[in-house]
Amino acid sequence: MKILTANRLTDGEAVWFSTDHRWIESIEGSEIAADKAAEERLEAIGKAALDNNQVVDVNLIDIQLVDGEIRPLRLREQIRAAGPSNRTDLGKQARPEVSRAA
Amino acid sequence: MYRYDEFDHDFVKARTAEFADQVERRLAGEITEEQFRPLRLMNGVYLQLHAYMLRVAIPYGTLNSRQLRMLGHIARKYDKGYGHFTTRQNIQYNWPALSDIPAILADLASVEMHAIQTSGNCIRNVTADHFAGAAADEVADPRPYAEILRQWSTVHPEFSYLPRKFKIAVTGAERDRAAIQVHDIGLHLKKNAAGELGFAVYVGGGQGRTPIVAKKIRDFLPEEHLLSYTTAILRVYNLHGRRDNKYKARIKILVHETGVEELSRQVEAEWQELKDGELKLPEADVQAITAYFAPPAFVARPEGDEAVKQARLDSRGFSEWLAQNVTTHKHPDYAAVTISLKGIGEAPGDASDSQMEAVADIAEKYAFDELRVSHEQNLILPHVARADLKAVYDALVEIDLATANSGLISDIIACPGLDYCALANARAIPVAQEISRRFASLERQRDIGELKLKISGCINACGHHHVGHIGILGVEKKGTELYQVTLGGSADENTSIGEIVGRGFGPEEITDAIETVVETYLKVRLDRSEKFIDTYRRLGAAPFKEALYGSEAKAA
Repeated sequence: MKILTANRLTDGEAVWFSTDHRWIESIEGSEIAADKAAEERLEAIGKAALDNNQVVDVNLIDIQLVDGEIRPLRLREQIRAAGPSNRTDLGKQARPEVSRAA
Repeated sequence: MYRYDEFDHDFVKARTAEFADQVERRLAGEITEEQFRPLRLMNGVYLQLHAYMLRVAIPYGTLNSRQLRMLGHIARKYDKGYGHFTTRQNIQYNWPALSDIPAILADLASVEMHAIQTSGNCIRNVTADHFAGAAADEVADPRPYAEILRQWSTVHPEFSYLPRKFKIAVTGAERDRAAIQVHDIGLHLKKNAAGELGFAVYVGGGQGRTPIVAKKIRDFLPEEHLLSYTTAILRVYNLHGRRDNKYKARIKILVHETGVEELSRQVEAEWQELKDGELKLPEADVQAITAYFAPPAFVARPEGDEAVKQARLDSRGFSEWLAQNVTTHKHPDYAAVTISLKGIGEAPGDASDSQMEAVADIAEKYAFDELRVSHEQNLILPHVARADLKAVYDALVEIDLATANSGLISDIIACPGLDYCALANARAIPVAQEISRRFASLERQRDIGELKLKISGCINACGHHHVGHIGILGVEKKGTELYQVTLGGSADENTSIGEIVGRGFGPEEITDAIETVVETYLKVRLDRSEKFIDTYRRLGAAPFKEALYGSEAKAA
């Protein structure tokens, strides 16, 4: 399974493409691609968002569902979704209203 | 210290305006990311995991209080209340919005600072001994030459698109505190038999995925040839350095593949064309730049000896700090102070906005308004009267920056690692924090003695792990972090590259592994005067392998 992530152009904030087709600041609520066709659709959305100057550094990332919550496979993406592991007062983990990913 | 002249002010102002316009056009969608990326990198703006990152240049690590106060102000106003001092003597902000960066650069320009050439395939910030101008053992202050190199290399049209980035370091003492032998060019300022100043020139050192110790290609280059000779090296590199493979594009690979004798021949041949031309430094110009770095007017403060003696009796904390963080100065009544940014359990090199402002106040009051950033990620007060040391110590205690661990095992270099960096494969800061906590006892640290521990979160080696007495390299293996340990590296005048000791350790094992290495050293050292690196050089890796891997090591 994959989801689409990027950083917002204006401030670099890590964002994910959501089920309601917005770029959101939390990994929870991301649109999940479960097959090749869905991945290609997300890829096209990412390219369009890059071309429209909404976001930069667009990537499809591997995830799994753990107790119904989205969890990236790579530690790098887990840290992007939460914030620096040495500063739990910063990043999305410090904003529970934004994220439950921490 | 150096002050901008009219040209510098105009140049930085124009560049700030130019980049502000580029940012505006990017935000308006008039230029693409592909077009913008090289422009932002030329101005020190990276994209990291959580946000953009801005790397601000601190030429040869020298700052005044006004500049440090501004760095604190920027941390508070535009970032998240802290900054990270780096192994290039620079500072990085981890959270700036792209839309705020023009305002940040304008604030920096108001205190004669910028972020130009802190990225890209150009000549990066020239680094120097952090005790330059203060060290008792230097023949001359290396910073005037670093400043000459800065002026020459800034937007140098011929050297702005090199095969790869290019780093130069300068030291003015036999004891190398600037790691010059792991630089593309390392310059050791010295005097010849006639008492004239010149440089031993080292070329082709570096870390990263192919660590190589630089080769000395000249034992004495008269100072007036600094730019002509450096230009000759850069020309040879620019012409022959590989552009087909970024991992083989640094000058160290060219030196290695060409052979040092042939490369030296090419450099000398190029230099013959240049040495008597316009790049030959006029004595008056060298003197004019040197005048900017004239030492402060040190007045005799002989009361310092008695004041220090009394303060040592009164305060054990001061006594320990004095022993560890205070360095001999060229003037007997003064000392250089290392302000450790390695508090126990803290992120190496991080300082808060209020700490930066408070340190600026201390520098202004007690240190002739001068500060340095060390490549070991600490701050330095280069000139403090010994009579004022207790007052400085007390002020540092107030802001939690009086940790007496300079040069000890908890004085760790660590890159930002996977907690911030887009290139990293593993975390570095939490590893440093846990090791620091494990060795929290100052008594234990002092018993262990000088030990340089350096951690990188990927093979690019920003955390200098190759030259740590103990080095730790974080890698990603099967989706999890794994830490390789190297032993026997060193970044001083006896530079060596550490050797991998064996299989790596998981995040939950690495601190125990380091403790095993240290306990082994304590068991096998001749006595307390034999430092870790000397014990390693005497015995090699065997006792450490045995302790870490036991029978597994024997089988191998």
